[in-house]
Formats: sequence, C-alpha cells, structure tokens
Amino acid sequence: MTALLLVPPLAALLVGAGAATRASALLTRLSGVLVSAVLLATGTALLAHRGPVPTLGGDLLRADPLSALMLAIVGAVGLTATWAGLAPRRAADEPRAADEPRAASRAERRYAALVALFLGAMAIAVTTDNLGVLWVAVEATTIATAFLVGHRGGPRALEAAWKYVVLGSVGIAIALLGTVLLYAASRSAGGATLSWTRLVSGELPLDHGLVRVAVGLAVLGFATKAGLAPMHSWLPDAHSQAPAPVSGLMSGVLLAVAFYAILRVRAIADVVLGPGLVRGLLLAAGLGSLAVAAALILRQRDHKRMLAYSSIEHMGVLAVGAAVGGPIALAAVLLHLIGHGLAKASLFVVAGRVLAAEGTTTIADVRGLLARRPDLAVPLVVGMTALLGFPPFALFFSEVAIVLAGWRAGLGWAMGLTVALLLVVVAGLVRATASMVLGPAHDEERAASGPTPAAGHGSDRGPMTPLVLALSVTAVIGFVAVPVGDVLVRAAAALGLA
Amino acid sequence: MTVVGEAHLMSTPGSAATQLIALAAGALLVTSVLMVWRRELSAQVRLLTVQGVSLAVLAVTIGLSGPASARAELLVVAALVLALRAWLLPWVVGRRLRAGVEAGDAAREDGARLNPTASLVVVALLATVAYLVSRPISEAVAAGSGAAVSGPAAFAVPVGVCMVLIGFLLLVGRRRAMSQLIGFLVLDNGIATVAFLTAAGVPFAVELGVSSDVLLVVLILAVLSRRIHAQVGSTTLDSMTELRD
Repeated sequence: MTALLLVPPLAALLVGAGAATRASALLTRLSGVLVSAVLLATGTALLAHRGPVPTLGGDLLRADPLSALMLAIVGAVGLTATWAGLAPRRAADEPRAADEPRAASRAERRYAALVALFLGAMAIAVTTDNLGVLWVAVEATTIATAFLVGHRGGPRALEAAWKYVVLGSVGIAIALLGTVLLYAASRSAGGATLSWTRLVSGELPLDHGLVRVAVGLAVLGFATKAGLAPMHSWLPDAHSQAPAPVSGLMSGVLLAVAFYAILRVRAIADVVLGPGLVRGLLLAAGLGSLAVAAALILRQRDHKRMLAYSSIEHMGVLAVGAAVGGPIALAAVLLHLIGHGLAKASLFVVAGRVLAAEGTTTIADVRGLLARRPDLAVPLVVGMTALLGFPPFALFFSEVAIVLAGWRAGLGWAMGLTVALLLVVVAGLVRATASMVLGPAHDEERAASGPTPAAGHGSDRGPMTPLVLALSVTAVIGFVAVPVGDVLVRAAAALGLA
Repeated sequence: MTVVGEAHLMSTPGSAATQLIALAAGALLVTSVLMVWRRELSAQVRLLTVQGVSLAVLAVTIGLSGPASARAELLVVAALVLALRAWLLPWVVGRRLRAGVEAGDAAREDGARLNPTASLVVVALLATVAYLVSRPISEAVAAGSGAAVSGPAAFAVPVGVCMVLIGFLLLVGRRRAMSQLIGFLVLDNGIATVAFLTAAGVPFAVELGVSSDVLLVVLILAVLSRRIHAQVGSTTLDSMTELRD
C-alpha cells in the first residue's frame, strides 16, 4: 500500500519528461489526461484502503483518508479539465497533410510538461505530512502555472502572469514565515518537527503566543493562494487570461489544495489554541470573499472573469464552512470541494469554447447560443445550474448543510449574511447566463459583419464525454450516502475535529 | 534603526558568537534600509549581495555555536545560502538589469510613490512595528528548552521581521518591475533571517525546496519582465492596467 504513495509523483515526473521530448506527439497530447487518471485511480485505491495509514519516508508522504480524498479530487477535476480541453485532432489554425503525423510544437510540449508538473506538485502537496514540503509543493504550482497563464502571449496575458507570480509568491512567502515559526515553536518545545501528525498530537508543549502568530501568518498566506478576500486580486486576471483548461485546473485544483492547507493548519490551531482565532480569520475572509464576489458578479461584463469571481464566491462559502467546523460542516466542505471543482472545470472549458466560437468574452456580445450552438449552451446552462447550487446538484446539499450547521453553532447572523450574498450572486449569474443563452438565432448585426475569426483561442469543439461525466457526478453524488457519505465523514475525522 | 534591533544584543555579555550574530543582523538591517533609500537599481543589487553574505555569516555562526550534531548540516546550508543569495540571485537580477538598460529601460527607480525622506520615516515606523510583533516570538524562543540558538540570537528576531516589512514596502511602493523583484528578495531574505534566528534554519530537505522555488520564481520574473519590455516597451508597471473590472 505504501508504494502507492510514490505512484502519483513518479507518474507525473515520467509523463512530464516524456511529454517535454519529441518522442511521441501522442504522449504530449495526452499527458495531462494520463497523469490525472493515475491520480484519480491512486486516490480511489487509497480511499478504499482500510487499516493503518500508509506512510513513507518518515513524515515525507502520508495518506490519511483526507489526503486520499483530495488526491481523488485533484485527479477527477484534472481529468475533466484536461480531457475536455483536448483540441480536436486537427488544429484549426494549422492546416496539414492528412496522412502526415504532426510532431508536437515547442509550445505544445512545454504546455504538456508544465501541466504534468502542476498535477505532480498538487499530488505531493496533498499526500505529504511535512508542512515544509506542503509549502514547497504549493509554491511549485506557482512556478508551473506562471507560464501557463502567460501561454497565449500578448500584453494582457503577461500582465496577468506578472501579477499572479508576484502576488502569489509574496502571499505564499507569508505562509512560509508561518511554517518557519511553527518549526521554531516545536524546536523550543524540545522536538523540532514539521510533521503535521506530531504537531496535532498534542504531545509537544507548544508556546501559545508563538503558535498564534505562526497560525495567523500561515492561514493568511495560504488564503492568498486560495483566492480569499482581501488577497484575491490576482485571481480574476489569471483565470481570465489563462487558456481554458488551465483556468479549470487552477480554479478546481489549485484553490482546493490551498484550502486543504488551511484545513491542516486549522487543525493544529484547534489542538493548541482552541478554535477561536482561526474561526474569526476564516469567517472574516469568507464573508469578505462573498461580498467581493457578489458586488463584482453583478456588474461583470466578461464571462470568464465572471466565472473567476464565482470561484472567489465558492472559496468564501468553503471558508465559512471551515469556520463553522464540526463533522457535518467539514463533510459538507469536502462535498463542496468536489462539486465546485467538477462544475467549474466544465464551465471554464465551455467558456473557452464560447470564446473560440464567438471571438469574445464580453457577455453582451454573445446572444442566442441555445438556438445557434446548443452544444455549447446546454453544458453552459447545466453547469451554471450546478454552480448556483440548485438541487439535485451536490452544491445544493453542501451549502444547505454548511448554513444549517452554522446556525446550530450559534453563527446565525453570519449564516444570514451568507445566504443573502449567495442570492445576490445567483441573481447576477442567472441574468448573465440568460442573456448569453437566450435570444434569436440570427443577429442582423453579426450577419452583416461576417463570422468572427476564432484564431488564437483554440477550438470551439471538443470531447463532450468528460463534461457529461463531470456534471452527472455532481448531480448524483449528493444522493450517494454509501460510500460517498462514509468517505467524507472519514476524511473529516482525519482532521481530528470530528 | 539599528538601535532598535540590537538593544538587547549589546546588553548581553558578548561572546564572539553573539558579536558576530549582532554584526550580521546589523548588516542585514542596514542594507535593507539602504535599499529603501537608494534609487539606483544596480546599487540595490550590490546591497543584495551584501545581504546574502551576512545571511551566510549568520548561518555559520549559529551552526558553530549550536550543538555538534547539527553543525555539519548548518554549514552546508550556509554554503547554499552563500551560493544562492550572495551570488546566483544577484547575478540573475543584475544580468537582467543590464540587458534591460541596454534595451533602453531606466536604470533608476524613477516612479516611486514615496520620496526618500518619507520612506525612511515609514521604515522607522515599520521597525517599531517589527519590534512589537516580534516580542512573543523572541520570548518564546529564548525561553524554549530545546532552543538551538542562544538567548541573544532570539532577540535579533525583529531584524528579520523588519526586513519582511521593508520587502513589502519596496513591493507596494515601487513601480519598476525590477524594483518589485528586489523587494521580493528582501522579503525572502527576511524570512530566512527569522528562520535562522528562531530555529537554526528549517530542515535541510525543506531548505533545498525553498531555495529552488525562490530561484525559479526569480528566473520566471526575469523572463516575464523581458517579455513585458519587449511587448509594452517599458517595465513600469503603471502601464499594466488593462485588466480591471
């Protein structure tokens, strides 16, 4: 079982290295799908495993149920984004002879290698027990995604990439300071360690003042990476400028893993200090994120930016859920991570296809999708329904569970505010989606100006199977108490809070 | 400003190690303050080199005065710090800077939001804040039973925190891409200082990962700033305002 822990990083390394060479154009093309599938399979296998928690290399790799679940989420969301993001075999802008196998271009090879590196780093981040290694892995994703954000080139993509790297690195540097101080606390207590299991075991007499500073800094740092207000400003730029599958990966995987880091730090604070400090921080960040998202979604004119703000909104819901704490709210938080990741990855891919088909990301310029392009409009509407938390989708159950648990925990005012802000978000998203989807098929103005050139934005078509799969999973997962409910409860219990 | 950081150091009976730590911490603080004051970007790169050397001295001193078991590891870490922070990182930044100047970019930070006097006043305030927020850290570390560092080292912690804050000041107060990069490095040197003073550095594997991450971030930012210069024609970040709501 312990050997399984080595599979995800090794697979990412080998596939990434293979994809970077000229060896096989097919491997380069399918590298992201391959690594994601390995991650999903390993995560599922580790989830099915009962008995002692597999560990490897001291505190280096360890997969408790929470780690296994996160690994499966990273794999599933990665699979949705990379599979659906595969361009059709023939790239529209590169005509070629039908019988001649095209070698992968330099940009394609770099893209494939960076996606594999990103997925590998995420896998290490969720399966390590060492907080230092967790930090290194999360920071490594900044490095992997920096060029992915700027992949399309052009001043706007470069601006987004610069802001992303500077803000991301500075934010995560704060988390490093927090990690260093946690190490100092353990060292002063007589057992120098960064092992999460030892820090939450309560066997070290950690100094309260030091842990308070350390935990505050670590939560603040990882919250930057998770896109929580007030350190969210890199997120809409990066998500709107990156290629669609990368936006999906960043939104569904990177934010989720950064949030996972917050959950781990929170567990240490709970053991040493009690829940007060982190609850206050998370509640403020969560409500702040919801408010920022609600205000900016209402007057959003760009549909990719709108999706990015929706990610901030959902991170806000997660932060509120984590602030509530307790077994029900934490299981709901994990369900929310699954539902949001799958729905958002699908929606970003659809948004990429809409951009390719219409040549614009301006909401007002897209009309009558349902009549003209039902293959884009249907997944867009279904995905939005999932994202807005309508039943039967998973986000409905998770949001209701978080609000109810919060109410019972005596946070009624915060839950009222959460629900009100969520309703504002729903109104904004419904209005924007309706205006894109509905309307007559034939627009005189568009007909006069001719078809919009779609070059440089990828393809407007692609595999539908991953979208159908991802959205169906989101639809049914809320009803599957066994084994899903059981898995969520075990994962929440791994944090030692349930 | 140095007085704030070293008040406690000077009051302790000075062994050679304590004096060396005080010297290194003082050098770190003075170079950080000079970075705020100087506008010449090449001067800032030279200051970064001095900071790297001071950090290595700090690591060696803590290593030699600590328990023998951790000595070899800390000496290796010190060599790593010297190679990375005193040579490689300043070299990368300096090379990018010279290439940018040859391509017509400014060699000075000309669009700073604060004039030198005002920024020095802000630095004085930041030093005070650093001293206040580091108090629980210093006390906990000095009182700890398993502390690897002697008491005096813990009381230099405000220097590291102050460097982190000065790094922030450089990041938000400067408009050239290279100035922001230098601010990030000061911030990172500050974190390394705190790590050495409070815990004699992080475990070696983590230190290796952190170092390579920092190196890659700096390389990426250097490449991005070259591309921005090629596309936009300047690296003043004021010209980057296309993305907003």
